[in-house]
Amino acid sequence: MEAGIVAYGVYIPKLRIKVSEIERVWEKSASGLGVIEKAVAASDEDACTLAVQAARVACEDFCIDPKRINAVYVGSESHPYAVNPTASIVAEALGTSNKYFAVDMEFACKAGTAGLQVCYALKKAKMIDIGLAIGSDTAQSKPNDPLEFTAASGAAAFFIGDSKEEVIAEIEHTCSYTSDMPDFWRRPKAEFPEHTGRFTGEAYFKHVISAAKMLMEETGYKASDFSYAVFHQPNGKFPLKAAKILGIDLERVKQGLLCPYIGNTYSASTLIGLASVLDVAKPNEKVLAVSYGSGAGSDAFVLNITDNILHRRAKVKVWDKIKEKQYIDYALYVKHRRKIKL
Amino acid sequence: MQNTAPLNWRRFPERYLLRGSYCETCKQAFFPSRAICPNCRRKGKLISIEMPRTGKIISYTRVHVPPEGFKNEAPYYLAIIELENGAKVLSQIVDSDPEKIKIGAKVKKVFRRIAEPDEYGTITYGYKFKVVE
Ligand SMILES: [Zn+2]
Repeated sequence: MEAGIVAYGVYIPKLRIKVSEIERVWEKSASGLGVIEKAVAASDEDACTLAVQAARVACEDFCIDPKRINAVYVGSESHPYAVNPTASIVAEALGTSNKYFAVDMEFACKAGTAGLQVCYALKKAKMIDIGLAIGSDTAQSKPNDPLEFTAASGAAAFFIGDSKEEVIAEIEHTCSYTSDMPDFWRRPKAEFPEHTGRFTGEAYFKHVISAAKMLMEETGYKASDFSYAVFHQPNGKFPLKAAKILGIDLERVKQGLLCPYIGNTYSASTLIGLASVLDVAKPNEKVLAVSYGSGAGSDAFVLNITDNILHRRAKVKVWDKIKEKQYIDYALYVKHRRKIKL
Repeated sequence: MQNTAPLNWRRFPERYLLRGSYCETCKQAFFPSRAICPNCRRKGKLISIEMPRTGKIISYTRVHVPPEGFKNEAPYYLAIIELENGAKVLSQIVDSDPEKIKIGAKVKKVFRRIAEPDEYGTITYGYKFKVVE
């Protein structure tokens, strides 16, 4: 069997803030973004704790012994340390052995899918039993910046293997489209990222569309071959527009489009969408997934769902997971996100 | 800055994985780990095991006057939890509706930040629990 996904897990923090509450505080409208509310990590959560929660639930739901994990890659733009890896903390918290490749990834919102590509390559090279790729973020945004309406928190963990009893989605092909296009960045001592407004949209579509077309050219698939399509979700509108440009039926995007209800979870965004598709996909269906990371690049994947999916799925679907929530106002939001300096 | 990293590191198995002891002689589990079984003394045979990640609240309190370093977290709930194997753990309860935090409530382990001394030192991670349905 081709290397592919053998397990997946998602963690979305319980706290939510409504976009209307942020609009109330700054007396601005964000109606064009297509986002209703966003997930907020509590003050004792960070990209590392979110990553552990996502990977742990996957180990439990899919009966994965952490000792089988030989590679751990954690992608994030909000690693809790500038120096000191998140990956080793996550592995230790899962109870892996000490024989594993590990490094933290950073490429704005696409570091999680980059980890997935590395695990896939390691598996194809037969260097590992199971590889773990995680996208996790507690995205930061300056108060009263347009990013504040969408920058959210969440994590998704994907386990890569090739056992024919375990693979639920074969990775048929993956490719990346990358260029130097600085549409969003954060310098070392800056607390919040900067961005270039409309230029980020231009960068998003250039890379997402190019990567998707590259993948279709290399595999021979047409837009109509995909039962589901997942795109990076900086807001509720961009993924739908990307689908339209590519000629993909918008109905095929909705299952993986979580952004309106959880916000932009950065490195986790595409992966949470993909997890939601795996919650419902049927054998032999093809899934297209395209991430986007500012700076800039897109990783594209085509997955083939196997028969194992019929008995191997997450215990709680992503769309049900997001129902467990607790609303907070803007004051509690700035307290939890540590925007109040104490 | 006080360098507590080495001291903390020795407790990672306990804090990250709830690693404790189990006596193969009297079949009792202990958390945190013990050097000698309090029941069997020299006849005890202790092994290191990961504790179950679920249990139930047997006692709880709401902390309003917290110890040093937890000022901004108060008020918070602290509970004694009986794990599935009978071992007892003292832990903070998070992400739970106050109405559901009661004796007998089923809880599950979660991984959280426990403390950070300042913005330069190491972050302490470990277990907390949340009420599950
Ligand atoms: Zn004993």
